[in-house]
Amino acid sequence: MSKVRVLVGTRKGAFILSSDGKREKWGVSGPHFAGWEIYHMKGSPVDPDRLYASQSSGWFGQVIQRSSDGGKTWETPGGEKLPRPGEFPAGASNKFVYDVSSASGKPLTTHQWYDGTQHPWEFKRVWHLEPSLTDAETVYAGVEDAAIFRSTDGAVSWQELSGLRGHGTGPKWQPGAGGMCLHSIVLDRSDPQRMFIAISAAGAFRTDDGGATWKPINRGLKSQYIPDPHAEVGHCVHHIAMHPARPGVLYMQKHWDVMRSDNAGDLWQEVSGNLPTDFGFVIDVHAHEPETIYVVPIKSDSEHFPMDGKLRVYRSRSGGNEWEPLTKGLPQSDCYVNVLRDAMAVDSLDSCGVYFGTTGGQVYASRDSGDNWAPIVHDLPAVLSVEVQTIA
Amino acid sequence: MIQVTLPAHLRTLARVEGDVAVEVEGQATLRSVLDALEAQYPMLRGTIRDHVTQQRRPFLRFFACQEDWSLEPPDTPLPDAVVRGTEPLMIVGAIAGG
Repeated sequence: MSKVRVLVGTRKGAFILSSDGKREKWGVSGPHFAGWEIYHMKGSPVDPDRLYASQSSGWFGQVIQRSSDGGKTWETPGGEKLPRPGEFPAGASNKFVYDVSSASGKPLTTHQWYDGTQHPWEFKRVWHLEPSLTDAETVYAGVEDAAIFRSTDGAVSWQELSGLRGHGTGPKWQPGAGGMCLHSIVLDRSDPQRMFIAISAAGAFRTDDGGATWKPINRGLKSQYIPDPHAEVGHCVHHIAMHPARPGVLYMQKHWDVMRSDNAGDLWQEVSGNLPTDFGFVIDVHAHEPETIYVVPIKSDSEHFPMDGKLRVYRSRSGGNEWEPLTKGLPQSDCYVNVLRDAMAVDSLDSCGVYFGTTGGQVYASRDSGDNWAPIVHDLPAVLSVEVQTIA
Repeated sequence: MIQVTLPAHLRTLARVEGDVAVEVEGQATLRSVLDALEAQYPMLRGTIRDHVTQQRRPFLRFFACQEDWSLEPPDTPLPDAVVRGTEPLMIVGAIAGG
């Protein structure tokens, strides 16, 4: 029978929630890395027992953890002690150094700071880890300050794909309230050379050559809070999602506005439709219905909680524009949590499961595509990320 | 052997309990002790000082014999009591945050 594993990153550690395919009874493992912020944790599609986790703290910086047994045990890749004293391992799994080599064109520029001045790039943390679709040892990392790194040795060592910052628009990128983070990495099953990423606040970018060069894909976005609302870059994209079977169709939750592109990001159109508010962070796609998408509307950029104290997931079965609230099993009074950008995921069982975590420490699950919800856990630390593995 | 006191989270990361003992060849300084510590516990690299600049992370400080050594040049010899192992070099995390 299939199993489901929900990987939950929180402000104070990681938790792994496990169930059989019925998804009725859940076991909770954790906290792993207690006391540390776990921005993201994700399993390899090639080897489900290979997990990667981003562990960080304001005191001790970034640590990368790796598991080869589904999260039962963990190691810091490259952190093992060598037999001879004084001999360092070749790798350093938490060493994220921006590329300033002459071979790649010295792309390290400056970016725009909060006050409009230029500011140097400074590594702070890993927001998102995206394991390769074809190789368990290859994994991508989206970091703050915004850049993408790749490891091909199981996260022992990292190299920046510096063509992204080398695009030349770096001086116009700027941090959002959460920092200047590269938070979304979407791999294309139909084209191994194609990837999509998104940055707050720069926008979305696409590579068609495996990460060597990138282009901004922000045409059609409109952001009133920047000097040129239609600018090539500078948009505060909160999250992007894609269905594996529809690689040209992208969905985006922008700061304000829910957007859709039918041409791999070349042009976006707004599909907020009848949403009560189109501010929010998460967006995801049903596992089997490429036109069924989910968002959690948040009141505004100054009030990061649901409208009217009602936690409602909105579902569109038409790829946007027409939305229905999903409320059964969710608190419909006095609820003032947030749902952060990487905190929603779906499983791929026949009846698609949808999962999301809140800053109040709840992880809600629906076994029926969102019709009914129930909390798996309700007293975790604030949830930063949720990923789901469906294991045959 | 030089005794080093780690913050609780770094003890967990290094999978040790209590102080750790490190051996330093040549003069014992902040730099040489941290080099030896990181060689013995490579998972600590980058968590106490930056990988590239080797600068102390801002929310950590170094204490020895009840003196704050955080701002001392890294090649300054450590006190004899630390060298003899009768006093630890303490790596202390700022009490801050929630």
